[in-house]
Amino acid sequence: KKSRQGFGAKINALLANFRHVDEDFFDDLEETLIESDVGFETAVKISDELQDEVKLRNAKSKSDVSDAIVEKLVDLYEKEGQEEDNTLHFAKNGPTVFLFVGVNGVGKTTTIGKLAHKYQQEGKKVLLAACDTFRAGAIEQLDEWAQRVDVDIVKKPAQSDPAAVVFDAVKRAQTEDYDVLLVDTAGRLQNKVNLMNELAKIKRVIKREIPDSPQEVLLALDATTGQNALTQAKQFKDVTEVSGIVLTKLDGTARGGIVLAIRNELHLPVKLVGLGEQMDDLRDFDAEKFVYGLFKDLVAQTAK
Amino acid sequence: MAFEGLTERLQNAIGKLRRKGKISESDVKEVMREIRLALLEADVNFGVVKDFVKTVRTRAVGSEVLESLTPAQQIVKIVNEELVKVMGQESVPLNKSPKIPTVIMMVGLQGAGKTTTASKLALKLKNEKHARPLMIAADVYRPAAIDQLKTLGQENDLPVFDMGTDVSPVKIVEEGLKVAQENKNDYVFIDTAGRLQIDEKLMQELTDIQKLATPDEVLLTVDSMTGQNATEVAEGFNEQLNITGVILTKLDGDTRGGAALSIRAVTGKPIKFIGQGEKMDDLDVFYPDRMASRILGMGDMMTLIEKA
Ligand SMILES: Nc1nc2c(ncn2[C@@H]2O[C@H](COP(=O)(O)OP(=O)(O)OP(=O)(O)O)[C@@H](O)[C@H]2O)c(=O)[nH]1
Ligand SMILES: Nc1nc2c(ncn2[C@@H]2O[C@H](COP(=O)(O)OP(=O)(O)OP(=O)(O)O)[C@@H](O)[C@H]2O)c(=O)[nH]1
Ligand SMILES: [Mg+2]
Ligand SMILES: [Mg+2]
Repeated sequence: KKSRQGFGAKINALLANFRHVDEDFFDDLEETLIESDVGFETAVKISDELQDEVKLRNAKSKSDVSDAIVEKLVDLYEKEGQEEDNTLHFAKNGPTVFLFVGVNGVGKTTTIGKLAHKYQQEGKKVLLAACDTFRAGAIEQLDEWAQRVDVDIVKKPAQSDPAAVVFDAVKRAQTEDYDVLLVDTAGRLQNKVNLMNELAKIKRVIKREIPDSPQEVLLALDATTGQNALTQAKQFKDVTEVSGIVLTKLDGTARGGIVLAIRNELHLPVKLVGLGEQMDDLRDFDAEKFVYGLFKDLVAQTAK
Repeated sequence: MAFEGLTERLQNAIGKLRRKGKISESDVKEVMREIRLALLEADVNFGVVKDFVKTVRTRAVGSEVLESLTPAQQIVKIVNEELVKVMGQESVPLNKSPKIPTVIMMVGLQGAGKTTTASKLALKLKNEKHARPLMIAADVYRPAAIDQLKTLGQENDLPVFDMGTDVSPVKIVEEGLKVAQENKNDYVFIDTAGRLQIDEKLMQELTDIQKLATPDEVLLTVDSMTGQNATEVAEGFNEQLNITGVILTKLDGDTRGGAALSIRAVTGKPIKFIGQGEKMDDLDVFYPDRMASRILGMGDMMTLIEKA
């Protein structure tokens, strides 16, 4: 497989920079992983497995060792990624509905703007639903995105019931033959029971009107977030059956390693990546690039 | 959850020590391991954890602990003391200019809570000090950022100065400050757009605003859920702007908030307030000792010390 080789080659090149692969190497590896927010347990697990592999093969020469590590890394990565489906799903007929959820300020609304732009460019008929009726300026923000990328929006006055907004939006999407409906919701922390219930209700309304939808429930996660992202993923998954993650703000200096732990524990795939605030700053998730990014610092460190 | 065993783990490690009475350096090492783990799981930065554990260990292997009859108790006490020390001994109030207006500039990454917090603070000053704050809308980039600030202003009867989005933020601040002078506002809040600390152009813009406005406070607003990257962000903003304080937001969630420790350790700047919700009155003074307990995941550190 072409891509697998690409990943292996990159990691290999990375390891070629090491003078020795010894205890220190594994300490550095652990540190790099922890600093990428993969979490202590995941970091130790990966490092231990790699160390075992090197021992198991009785690898002595530098190239033996790095071969062992590369293969193991690729394995680890592919094993967890086996059933991973990081594509977005669309309705066979009728409107496709994507529901966006997440804690405050992570990038839900912006991601909707970007995705609306993408689909609009592809010639799809796109509708937005302004279900964040709570936060000051939230409706105006989505409205401005709608104008900017030239798509339609369903909105009601601030403080309206979000379930009523989504109901109207779904109806309109059906009667006016929209291809895609993107539903924005207010940010909420996962430990707020009432707000989580409200979200469940929004989802129920969508499902009641179009039984196969929402086709995607996308959890926006800020790449800067540490271990709390795991709790976020768990809670939002429980309440809304999250189908995928949008990892935002990867243009910053944080690596978003926590999604590795999320994939290991919850099997939630990352589907989209946010790389900035502009309408074009959205990418499909490239797992190899991401995993490679986690280790990239090691090169910089040892090159010194 | 990985976190749940934390208190227990510490108690176990400490329990072993208790039975032994006197402890050795390697015993200390084991307890340190647990503490290191606890801090990492709380998102305290790796480097900060390293330094912290070293300090605690140095103190712990000192004769006072090894010879004490209650060594475990001593160690936990040292951890607590050192945590509170790094976090700042007590809460630090807002700076105040001798002549009006006191200018407060809000800076930070995207979505951290600057706009919300500026409004909360302005309202707090108005309610508690009968202040007459003016808020300047200097975010011309984020869609509807001005609408957001204006809505919060209207809802809370706080005036907002804006010039739309076609004027440079520096110019907006310049004009806004004039208006504040004319109206004799005693506090001015500058709401700036969120930005990455590595975005040279936008960081330069903040420097320009700072030069012009000579703020009494440059408050770095940080999301308390921030992970390992907190040090890099805080250092970035601090090096370029010499921040005067920090506000931690979204502490109404269930994060341990280790970022608090990381930020204090690398900047030495006081955390002044914490955001505990989206509503306007969800703003509280920062208490270092409470944050210390939260980070270590112990509702009450003293209980543990007593048990030990
Ligand atoms: N650098 C960067 N900034 C982003 C990205 N995505 C969103 N942002 C910024 O992050 C901030 C928050 O984004 P929003 O889209 O308002 O986030 P939200 O989740 O809708 O926020 P709430 O509705 O308040 O919960 C804004 O300043 C966005 O411009 C990204 O990928 N990179
Ligand atoms: N739960 C909770 N939410 C908060 C808190 N502070 C701010 N928020 C929410 O976090 C989100 C972002 O807040 P903003 O004030 O828009 O953040 P900002 O830093 O101005 O964002 P940009 O201008 O886009 O960089 C909003 O949904 C706020 O309601 C807090 O203490 N607790
Ligand atoms: Mg939003
Ligand atoms: Mg703002």
